[in-house]
Amino acid sequence: MGSLLVTTSLFTPFNAVVYAVERPKDPSKTWWGYGIDIEKCIGCGRCANACKTENNIPKQPFYFRTWVEQYTIKNDGTVKVESPNGGIDGFVQSVPPEDIFKAFFVPKLCNHCYKSPCVQACPVGATYETPDGVVMVDETYCIGCRYCVQACPYGCRYINPAKNVADKCTLCYHRISKGKTTACVEVCPTHARILGNLNDPKSPLVKFMKEHTCLVLKPHLNTGSKCFYNALSGEVR
Amino acid sequence: MDICTNLSLSNINKSLNMPPQLKRLIPLFAIFIFLFLAARSFLVPKSFGEQGHYRFNSIAENKEKAMIYAGKEACDDCHSDRIQEMETDLHKGISCETCHGPGSAHIANPDSIKPMIPKGRDFCGMCHSLNPSRSKLVHQVDLKEHNVTENCIECHNPHLPCQMKK
Repeated sequence: MGSLLVTTSLFTPFNAVVYAVERPKDPSKTWWGYGIDIEKCIGCGRCANACKTENNIPKQPFYFRTWVEQYTIKNDGTVKVESPNGGIDGFVQSVPPEDIFKAFFVPKLCNHCYKSPCVQACPVGATYETPDGVVMVDETYCIGCRYCVQACPYGCRYINPAKNVADKCTLCYHRISKGKTTACVEVCPTHARILGNLNDPKSPLVKFMKEHTCLVLKPHLNTGSKCFYNALSGEVR
Repeated sequence: MDICTNLSLSNINKSLNMPPQLKRLIPLFAIFIFLFLAARSFLVPKSFGEQGHYRFNSIAENKEKAMIYAGKEACDDCHSDRIQEMETDLHKGISCETCHGPGSAHIANPDSIKPMIPKGRDFCGMCHSLNPSRSKLVHQVDLKEHNVTENCIECHNPHLPCQMKK
């Protein structure tokens, strides 16, 4: 009997489970992406605040779907990264101006990778990529094992203390599916954040990516990140 | 190929002559497999695996959540005069909800629920306090020196920042 199984499996091997969602070839189908212009970000933290309000996230400073980091590169080459309460209460520069070589703000959120490490780590299929390229969590199915929190190289996941399930940016799926933009893009006063359909050549994101040299975070990890940064310094992790 | 089929055929022949204690196990295995399949059909949600290794209905559930921020177009229905006025000055393009906070509750009950009106120096300071990290495109003031006792909106019109109130 065993040899029968072995023989049959030689001819019809088990199909490998494929986690990567393909970008739709049909140009009428949506493929969501996100753009961040570091040159425009002024670190007001309105995005992090709006995200917490829109998605009902606990107010304690450990739970963020999006947050802003203040990078300060000193003249001696050392890098200081600060994010007090995710930037919601604003930023104060603690380094004296004469020691600063370069300083800027970096907004962070889920990169909505299409080869997501978090989706591959989930043992129960509670986190997934939608056909339009948004990584989401099925909170009725999540067992709270925290594998995905460890797997995300960008630190974009947390465990919701009220529900004890993994939680993350949904790219405001309840808004973008109704034709609205995300809460963070809506409130950004300098338009440093751009949401767009990568499959639509007329979308503001495609225009932004054409006009600027855009990079993704940690490209060596081959996560298929769809969050594109303009003016991204090498110090940003 | 031939060797393999020969092997499997000989196995089947042998299985017919298997000892009785093993034959008694066959229905037990059948019951286990049946119980497994029955439990699986109850435990696996309906839409699981429709598009991938997840519950497809979860996408629709994520879509259902209510919006808290209404968007600038919604404000434009009643306050278009204010929005047009803002387009003439430096604060153009800024959404109403950036400063006034979420507006869906106000749109549902325009008379009873009013959006917040931030008045403090710290609120304006989130964008305009002096910070070397901030883009030079935004006007910055040192909050420790600039008219410390007064609130910004006592002199500046937040909708038309170039116009002074006094």
